[in-house]
Amino acid sequence: MLNQNHLLGLKYLSATEIKEILEQATYFKQLFNRPVKQVPTLKNKTLVSLFYEPSTRTKGSFDMAMKMLGAGSLNFAVNTSSVNKGETLVDTVKNLASMGVDGIIVRHSMAGVPELIAKNVDIPVINAGDGFNEHPTQALLDMFTMTEEKGYIEGKKVTIIGDIKHSRVVRSNIWGLSKLGAEVTVCGPASLIPHGIEEMGCKVVHKVEDAIKGADFINVLRVQFERQKGSYFPSSREYYHEYGITPSRVKLAKEDVLIMHPGPMNRGVEISTDVADGPYNVILEQVSNGVAIRMAVLYMLLARRNAR
Amino acid sequence: MKLLLKNATIVNIDGFEKKDLLIDKGRILKIAENITDDKAEVYDLTGKHVLPGFIDLHVHLREPGQEEKETLSTGLKAAVCGGITAVCSMPNTNPVIDNKFLIKFLKDRAWEISKAKLYPTGSITKAMAGSEISEFAAMIRNGAVGFTDDGLPLENMCTLRRALEYLSPYDKPIILHCEDRALAEGGAMNEGALSTKIGLPGIHRSSEEAAIAQSIETAKYFGRVHICHVSTKGSVELIRAAKLRGVKVTAETAPHYFMLTESAVEEYNTNAKMNPPLRTEEDRLAIIEGLRDGTLDAIATDHAPHTADDKNMEFNKACFGIVGLETSVMMTLSKLYHEEGFSLEQIVKLCSFNPANIIGVNSGKIAKGEVADLTIVDTEKGWKVTEKLFKSKSKNSPFIGRSGKGRAVMTVVDGNVVWKEKSIG
Repeated sequence: MLNQNHLLGLKYLSATEIKEILEQATYFKQLFNRPVKQVPTLKNKTLVSLFYEPSTRTKGSFDMAMKMLGAGSLNFAVNTSSVNKGETLVDTVKNLASMGVDGIIVRHSMAGVPELIAKNVDIPVINAGDGFNEHPTQALLDMFTMTEEKGYIEGKKVTIIGDIKHSRVVRSNIWGLSKLGAEVTVCGPASLIPHGIEEMGCKVVHKVEDAIKGADFINVLRVQFERQKGSYFPSSREYYHEYGITPSRVKLAKEDVLIMHPGPMNRGVEISTDVADGPYNVILEQVSNGVAIRMAVLYMLLARRNAR
Repeated sequence: MKLLLKNATIVNIDGFEKKDLLIDKGRILKIAENITDDKAEVYDLTGKHVLPGFIDLHVHLREPGQEEKETLSTGLKAAVCGGITAVCSMPNTNPVIDNKFLIKFLKDRAWEISKAKLYPTGSITKAMAGSEISEFAAMIRNGAVGFTDDGLPLENMCTLRRALEYLSPYDKPIILHCEDRALAEGGAMNEGALSTKIGLPGIHRSSEEAAIAQSIETAKYFGRVHICHVSTKGSVELIRAAKLRGVKVTAETAPHYFMLTESAVEEYNTNAKMNPPLRTEEDRLAIIEGLRDGTLDAIATDHAPHTADDKNMEFNKACFGIVGLETSVMMTLSKLYHEEGFSLEQIVKLCSFNPANIIGVNSGKIAKGEVADLTIVDTEKGWKVTEKLFKSKSKNSPFIGRSGKGRAVMTVVDGNVVWKEKSIG
């Protein structure tokens, strides 16, 4: 039983709780092949999606999950809301809670916003990505995909490559994977490796070949072009040369290595097209699994919560 | 009216004496044993210590312009309730204090309020815009004690050179907020393992240290600088070395830098967000050693009041700064005196004698003929910080809930008892 009222981050969850979410998602994923996909366990619930940052996969995936569970979804377009009139975040969420919504799904460019909302309303808050802090449902779907493909995570070697410093996906993955006993290595330009990340429970390797060697999973992160302007790296050409995931580099990993990417991809920058579309990629599988994970999270926070 | 303080232990930087203290017309008339005076208001201060009035070199009083956060009235009252007899106000108000009329306005308001004394500072550059220097001489004639663009770093070292040279005949300090904004990268907390862990953008220590190094090397040739709110071990080392080389540099730190570390922000606690940010345990210990060996000359609060609304928001967006006037003496006595073994003489030096010298005012000692600004403390009295303690308009303190020992019990300014604790008869 999930011992939380919110999903703020994987740093707050135990290994048992993570495994429970993965199990629940396995159950929901079975529905995908049935003619009737809906399980209206949340048919009296309405959630609001509060996206202060753009998103395709996460937002679409939460919307799909809500539809499949029969929940209503209140679409909150930040750009046309009173946020533009200077309403504070705290006032916005208190107003939404007063309308009677049953939960808040939030994405924001600043770390700690889900915690701030949870302090100010008494309905479940689900973090859909906050600053560089956490993106728990992404890491859960990554772990779900790993488990589905390889059976278990404990002892597996996971290498994450890219802009580690500005990545919430990395942080949630490190928290979750290390709790489940995986061996996590991060790699990227040294200017994009944040201070003290080893203390979160991962290894830092600078040479991409060394980082990939013997990996069971390679998780490739999106390179944000604006980082080039900040002098974090000189050009996408040099980035691709030094850190890009190419077929010859993939050969250094385990034979049955799986390639993952949280999207959106820059083909020819962090990943070559033949790897992205290659036989060992599970990138689109991750997207399908995202729906199952989000169903599990919503169900466990909202349906089971009432049953308690 | 005369004031007679009996049976107190008088502390100066060079020692103790247990005597009575007679005050008349704002000045110390007599220090002797067994003074009697029928016309005086008498307090028995057995077991208490009488210290030269504490001067807080770094206070944001917010008036004019941000009266919802603090006013001169609430701020100067908060100061005396915390045992502070004089404060230096920072000029980053709206409008900026960059001319004699505003200095005069502040001095007049403080005189009307008659709580803590006000030693205003003016801005180094007009409107704190960083280019033309302000009218230092006119402001000094009206009571300004130093010049600073606090809150904004002075990025152009040539402006610093000109300000130092121009000001050098007047014996008032240029007070520097040392921060390389490019290195600070708009961060919100100390950069390190914790900022990585909780995903907040960091302010690397190099942003403070690089700016201090640059300022020291400039001051070496052109004048005297006072460095604000030192927060890192590296900064302490730079200042220590500069003093050995004979550079005219003084420096202050704040109680939060010797009390707390970055772990106070772990739950996105905006009441522990300030600039420079709380650092690590290693830094905290280096700050204490800097205070102990005299590298750091003064304890100043950087009292920065903000309303609850200014703090109840996204951590990155929340205002920098915490209040400190009411808690400074408590923190200093409990941490430095009780836990770290500082003597009361050392504390007088850090909180009164050195600050007076830095801004060039005649204060900081208890002797016949001196102005009677006094901080009276009970080193054994316990305290617990609650919201109710704060007389300031704002209550943004990371110390709420904390308890300890040693606090001010009575404050005398110009020979008047401007505040006393209930237990003082």
